Amino acid sequence: MSVPSVTPDAGAVVTDAPAKTRRSSGKPPGTDRGYVFPTLFMLVFIFYFLMPLWWLFVASTKSLDDLFDSFGLWFSGFHLTVNISDVFTKDDGVYWKWLRNTLIYSVVSAVGAALLAAMAGYGFAKFDFRGKNLMFWFVLGSVMVPTTALAIPTYLLFSKIGLTNNPLSIILPSLVSPFGIYLMRIYAEGAVPAELMEAARIDGAGEFRIFRQIAFRLLAPGFVTVLLFNFVATWNNYFLPLVMLSEPRWYPLTVGLAQWNSQATAGGGATSAFNVVICGAMISVVPLIIAFIFLQRYWQSGLSAGSVKG
Amino acid sequence: MSDATVTAANTTTTARVPGGRRKKTGSHGTAGFLFTLPFMVLFLGMFIAPLVYALYLSGFREQLVGGNQFVGLDNYTDGLKDQAFIDGIQRVILFMIIQVPIMLILALTFALILDSGRLWAGKFFRVGIFVPYAVPTVIAALMWGFLYGRDFGPFADLADWLGLPPPNFLSERTMLFSIANVSTWTYTGYNMIILYAALRSIPGELYEAAAVDGAGSVRTAIHIKLPLLRPALLLCGIFSIIGSMQLFAEPQIFFSIAPDVIGKAYTPNLYVYNLAFADQRLNYAAALSFMLGVIVFVFSYFVMYWSNRQESR
Repeated sequence: MSVPSVTPDAGAVVTDAPAKTRRSSGKPPGTDRGYVFPTLFMLVFIFYFLMPLWWLFVASTKSLDDLFDSFGLWFSGFHLTVNISDVFTKDDGVYWKWLRNTLIYSVVSAVGAALLAAMAGYGFAKFDFRGKNLMFWFVLGSVMVPTTALAIPTYLLFSKIGLTNNPLSIILPSLVSPFGIYLMRIYAEGAVPAELMEAARIDGAGEFRIFRQIAFRLLAPGFVTVLLFNFVATWNNYFLPLVMLSEPRWYPLTVGLAQWNSQATAGGGATSAFNVVICGAMISVVPLIIAFIFLQRYWQSGLSAGSVKG
Repeated sequence: MSDATVTAANTTTTARVPGGRRKKTGSHGTAGFLFTLPFMVLFLGMFIAPLVYALYLSGFREQLVGGNQFVGLDNYTDGLKDQAFIDGIQRVILFMIIQVPIMLILALTFALILDSGRLWAGKFFRVGIFVPYAVPTVIAALMWGFLYGRDFGPFADLADWLGLPPPNFLSERTMLFSIANVSTWTYTGYNMIILYAALRSIPGELYEAAAVDGAGSVRTAIHIKLPLLRPALLLCGIFSIIGSMQLFAEPQIFFSIAPDVIGKAYTPNLYVYNLAFADQRLNYAAALSFMLGVIVFVFSYFVMYWSNRQESR
């Protein structure tokens, strides 16, 4: 009965050894010539997708003068360590605070949102109660409300009750993930067999215990997917913190770096700290890129169940 | 379809057997409601309450003397006549018409190629195309801003080598495409992963049947994979529409490089932001936020409706 999530996971493993597994599994054997065109096609595009990141890395190793004078896509002098220490010491080391804030906002929001989504998705999928469909349709409809159109109203409401300019003003709105509910509902429908719940009830387990000890484990792949999505969404969020926060000490990296950038641009020319902005941007994307490479397969597991049913 | 769907369908039917249903609602219904309660409370506080409050605020107008005054729908009728707002809406719609199809076609092509397995180093390509999604839109805009620029951009360097004048990516004519490029760069991989995940969950027997019938890989893609991808494509389409209607970070970052081109109202969101924070016209900003939300909702709903009709045909 553990069918739903395992299918996509197994699929992901198969792709890691693409050619051979596939060919031996009943497909007409492709000649190596058939591989050349698709690989070349992808090579052209991979250049497009990776070139900016390469530029970012190369540029963050350069001094301000070399940034202006040397060719963008190749090294010129090695200034990386100086740049890094500049990033972490500029404005009394405020970059540390931004990094810490970003981490706290993302972790708390992602864990909280995924937990809430797992519980609510399970509740919607496995129980019948009055008003359930109406509630679910409301949630589903709200997927289509743009979050930035919501940010200004939320700001207005929060400033009325004095909740702006603190971490809660970022975390509370980020806990609500209508898409997470939608994904977890579909996931729970397939992943938690009703017979198992019934058997646990007969054994005298309470509903919350059934959720905690049985259902939650079955929901884990979907939970991880929702967690990752919310983590990235909060890590990358710009509009909400820009609107909510007025003091740099609460900024996440996105808002802080954008501010450094506009200061550098306003300063103009060779006096500006573009090298610090660029190196700060480089440092800020490294953790997520590493996480992406290592957590790659988890992105798919919960998604497949959700997107197939639509 | 897949095993997942079958299981899901089974459990729902058992839950809806007429006799058993009442019993279920009676004994466990409350528990189900309690599971959804924490989310619903936050949803009311963080989603519904701000919208209701914005709706309330949008009925008032700041007066120079004597506080706020109730003006009914005046802010909305003003919005409909506000050329800056209308221009912004038209601009993001144009953006949506150009950028969303290009991005989705690219994402679909990559997903189909990866799924066919007919390439070397598939995993490298998959991760490589997906990785830009790890870069926050602001940082992506910042980075592309440097790349586009005349000072340290490689394009300017290349033009210089060739003895050409540096290309201007941030002029009146090119700005929208330069922004579209940033979005495409960031989100193509994200859409590719959603489509690829959907492709991976199509059961292999379908392909074998097609192979027995003598269908080549391109025909399999068009006749078997594409129809099954419809729900996933719809999901991507709706998210992309919502995303393009709320463009903000890119124009806001490019403002510092090309203030004359961007101005105060390049996109509706930027306009609302400037109204609220630079001009302190909160009530009008609330009304425009609300209108923007309604427009996006109508667009997404229309796409869903259209897609459902296509399917039932």
